[in-house]
Amino acid sequence: MDSPGDKWVGQSLPRFEDAALLTGRGRYFDDCGTPPGTLHAAILRSPHGHARIEGIETAAARALPGVAAILTGEDIRATTTSLVVGVKAPMECWPIAVERVRYVGEPVVVVVATDRYVAEDALDLIEVRYAPLPAVTDPVAALAPAAPVLHDGLKGNLASERRFRYGDPEAAFAAAAHRVRIDVAYPRSACTPIECYGVLAEYDPGEDSYDVFANFQGPFSIHAVIARALRVPGNRLRLRTPPDSGGSFGVKQGVFPYIVLIAAAAKACGRPVKWVEDRLEHLAASSVATNRVTRLEAAVTADGIITALDWDQLEDCGAQLRAPEPATLYRMHGNMTGAYAIRNVAIRNRVVLTNKAPTGLNRGFGGPQVYFALERLVQRIAITLGLHPLDVIRLNLVPTAAMPYRTASGALLDSGDYATALETALRDGRHDELLRRRDAARAQGRHYGIGYTAVVEPSVSNMGYITAVLTPAERKRAGPKNGAQATATIQCDAVGSVSVHVASVPQGQGHRTVLAQVVADELGLRPQDIRVVTDIDTAKDAWSIASGNYASRFAPAVAGVARIAAQQLRARLTRIAAPLLNVPPEDVVLAGGKLHASGNADNALPFARVASSPHWAPGTLPAEDSAPLRETAWWTPPELTAPNESDEVNSSLCHGFIFDFCGVEVDRITGETRIDHYVTMHDCGTVLHPGMVAGQVTGGFAHALGAALYEAHSYADDGSLQTGTFADYLVPTAMEVPAPIILHHESPSPFTPLGAKGVGEGNCMSTPVCIANAVADALGLHDVTLPLLPATLAAHLHGAEPNAPAAAPKGERLLRGEGQARVNAPREQLWALLLDPDALMAIVPGAHGIQRTSPTDYTAEVTLGIGPVKGRYRVALALSDLDEPNALTLSGNAAGALGFGQGRGQVTLTDANGATIIAYRYEAAVGGKVASIAGRLLDGATRVVISQFFAALARQAAPQAPWWQRLLQRLGLRA
Amino acid sequence: MPRLSATQRHSIRFTLNGTPVQGEAEPRMLLTDFLRHVLGATGTHVGCEHGVCGACTVQVDGALARACLTLAVQVQGCEIRTVEGLAPAPGRLSILQEAFRRHHALQCGFCTAGILMSLDAFLRAQPDADEAALRDLLSGHLCRCTGYAPIIAAALDAAARLRETAHA
Ligand code: FES
Ligand code: FES
Repeated sequence: MDSPGDKWVGQSLPRFEDAALLTGRGRYFDDCGTPPGTLHAAILRSPHGHARIEGIETAAARALPGVAAILTGEDIRATTTSLVVGVKAPMECWPIAVERVRYVGEPVVVVVATDRYVAEDALDLIEVRYAPLPAVTDPVAALAPAAPVLHDGLKGNLASERRFRYGDPEAAFAAAAHRVRIDVAYPRSACTPIECYGVLAEYDPGEDSYDVFANFQGPFSIHAVIARALRVPGNRLRLRTPPDSGGSFGVKQGVFPYIVLIAAAAKACGRPVKWVEDRLEHLAASSVATNRVTRLEAAVTADGIITALDWDQLEDCGAQLRAPEPATLYRMHGNMTGAYAIRNVAIRNRVVLTNKAPTGLNRGFGGPQVYFALERLVQRIAITLGLHPLDVIRLNLVPTAAMPYRTASGALLDSGDYATALETALRDGRHDELLRRRDAARAQGRHYGIGYTAVVEPSVSNMGYITAVLTPAERKRAGPKNGAQATATIQCDAVGSVSVHVASVPQGQGHRTVLAQVVADELGLRPQDIRVVTDIDTAKDAWSIASGNYASRFAPAVAGVARIAAQQLRARLTRIAAPLLNVPPEDVVLAGGKLHASGNADNALPFARVASSPHWAPGTLPAEDSAPLRETAWWTPPELTAPNESDEVNSSLCHGFIFDFCGVEVDRITGETRIDHYVTMHDCGTVLHPGMVAGQVTGGFAHALGAALYEAHSYADDGSLQTGTFADYLVPTAMEVPAPIILHHESPSPFTPLGAKGVGEGNCMSTPVCIANAVADALGLHDVTLPLLPATLAAHLHGAEPNAPAAAPKGERLLRGEGQARVNAPREQLWALLLDPDALMAIVPGAHGIQRTSPTDYTAEVTLGIGPVKGRYRVALALSDLDEPNALTLSGNAAGALGFGQGRGQVTLTDANGATIIAYRYEAAVGGKVASIAGRLLDGATRVVISQFFAALARQAAPQAPWWQRLLQRLGLRA
Repeated sequence: MPRLSATQRHSIRFTLNGTPVQGEAEPRMLLTDFLRHVLGATGTHVGCEHGVCGACTVQVDGALARACLTLAVQVQGCEIRTVEGLAPAPGRLSILQEAFRRHHALQCGFCTAGILMSLDAFLRAQPDADEAALRDLLSGHLCRCTGYAPIIAAALDAAARLRETAHA
């Protein structure tokens, strides 16, 4: 397109970002090089869900050539301040364990060395002595009076509790024809961008200042949190981000504790320090979405109109309340009635701490948890009242005429025509045909179901919503918080070329292309003429606490403010050009790279000439226009006011609408769920770039499909992480993700400069519950728990499995086995071997340095490789129930950097004509890293190790005949 | 196979995108680290270092390999191709790269290098690959941004165009 008059906005231009990214020239964090002398950090992490640190032995690691510094929690505590916690509660939040570890993967020691390989070698040489404590991972169990307490200052594990009441819920429930209730537990899921965290920090003692380069997606208000933790004012913390990011979906907000840690390490070493997170660290300890237990009850009229909701939400934020938590619980506060006009609402919100990784930002942030309960409830209401779910949705949708609509809890729904969007989706998404497919499938006895969801997708968060966690009185004391400052700067250089800078910190969404389109439209230029810079430098750029990449604020807020800045620039350009063109400023048109008189394209000046004139000839310009053209615009929507006395909160500026429906089939034999047809209707206001909007929807859909069917960030009861690799935490691949049918209905937002709303998070809110509703319909289920693993659904299809063997003590990975071996030696000889340390040393696989500490106790060091994890363990063995030479019991425990375990084996020796049959039976429980990343291999590995032990025992007792003798024996000849 | 001392750095030579390269590394150094940090070829990315995500995929003597599961010393004397070698000339894109740009088959672009390397090798071996075959191939890669639909579209489009140029 080159013809003036057409708009660039709204077109799917190829992205300017792509040429570099497709040719390997991206500049992601780890591509950006380091200053000379940079050291590299590696982090030793807790293998326990909960334990007291009794000692850390670092001498051997310090002695390793190349190691520059070793920092423990005590060292970090001495030089930094605890991260601020968002609720009024007596607890601290350190980026590294201090005295106690509270989740698997919590940093315990930071090693800084000349390179990463050496730093990791040093980790292997550090001995940490832990005294394990009982752990609690279930949020309900964590509230029990006898539950282990994570933070002593708190007394229990409840970090916050608030109740809210809007309208008259009690009266509505009293008058209701039906009360319908649902209890759900929403699991944890993870963002897992393909790039992990990276931090490079330098400290300047002369100025007491930090320079940090990190793939953080802020600054946000978190800049203030980091500066405070590092004990410097904000102007002594310079934060820069790389030009490209390998994705975030929220989780790169969680880089900030590591910024504090690595910055503190840089100060301790007096050298720049770099740290790159690996995937195992990321899955264990970056940050994940909250899991939530919800009880939701609706008051419903005989016709199916919902008159009240009663929410009881128990939010599990893991082991620490890290900023901005408990924001997940409050982000949806204005939207607790979803897409429905429900005037009476009661809410009880509780936040609990458990021995799991701390939570933070993620795609959907709070939406998946809320809508899973709400939209499952809508299906239950339909079933209870004998209605079609679509009818319950239709009856309760916010009416179009009521827009903008103030919800009971205070959100202002900016625009939308929910009813039309829904009916359009049914028509264009071929709902009739889907019903026929379902009927045909069911007629063949197949398990086919249809699910529906209607959700409101909030975007552009109100900086004040999180203060709803405080009481109105506490809020008053703290001072009001509100708004959502966005900023953009546009400037023209000495040759009149245009650069744009924003503080949006994109994580792969193509911001640079869209901004070029927006600005080109205002200035009559081509997008390729505009250069957009999106990496941030807090020391030089305009930014505010709302700056960063989150809450889907780019299209509505950042692109919008870029347009305002461009308009300001345009106004100045037209003022400069008007006298030269002999027309009033309002008659100056910017098009085709020129400024010309309206109606006379020949009376024109090149854009570059006007734009550069203040650089070259300021004396010819009126004083107010003589400065070079550089406009910084700020924008914050007035609709985002602070929560009021009644706790009404306009938590977000924009509210998109999504209506999804889908058909799924659950395999009769395997229980696998197949998505047959998925339709997702979006109203995200004005679409700025259709290709990118489609990309956000398909990407969000895939994310959500993973959460619905495969992904759960899960722990055993003892706090061991069970999903420590990409082979355990199952992110869907191209084989699992079908292409959804995407439809649009545009209702521009009246509150944003371009009419756009956010779009990237909605499917994470709508899709998990839509699939769950479809599966519930297919199998006639009352309760559905995500992820919908085939194994879970198989139980519904085929009945429960026969009783599984008892679980491991405290829920660790339990291993059992038995076997026997025949040894050509008398029992007495074997017995002597088992009680001889020197003999054992040769027998126990990987053992070095066995010592006998009492007649029946041994200690040893053992090196074992299990799958990808090879490590050293300290082993203590005890012999008991000695019944010479018939039987004994061998019990032991092992601990090392990679994990811990304990086990018992019963060994019996039976005489068989001078030879001996050794029979054994063992039970062992294993936890820690080795269980979380090599869990699937443990059984096999244990069998191999034990059989090696007995083979070695047999060899030791009865050395084998030479090979030629064995060959003759095998051939049936005697030598 | 020569025996290498674990504690010493060894000279490693191979051909990277047609150009001879040389560097020193301990035997334990991963090919990803060697490419990125010794040679400065940062187009190959690291997403998991345990062989699942596919971001580090490169071609070793024409065969696909996970650079994160390969030691640098293993490719002594080999021909290595990485994403930096795909474009026909500076400032131009290959047919496959163009198709990715046209279909918005990348967002953050972090997974893209590995996916391009797999598709490049696969489409050469199987120019008639259909959607099912492409999905099967791509199941060796994780992309968290795109939802795969645009990647499949780009791959099918590129396959069609490559067939056309082959016949032209
Ligand atoms: S980095 Fe090699 S497969 Fe993930
Ligand atoms: S484009 Fe970001 S992971 Fe694929």
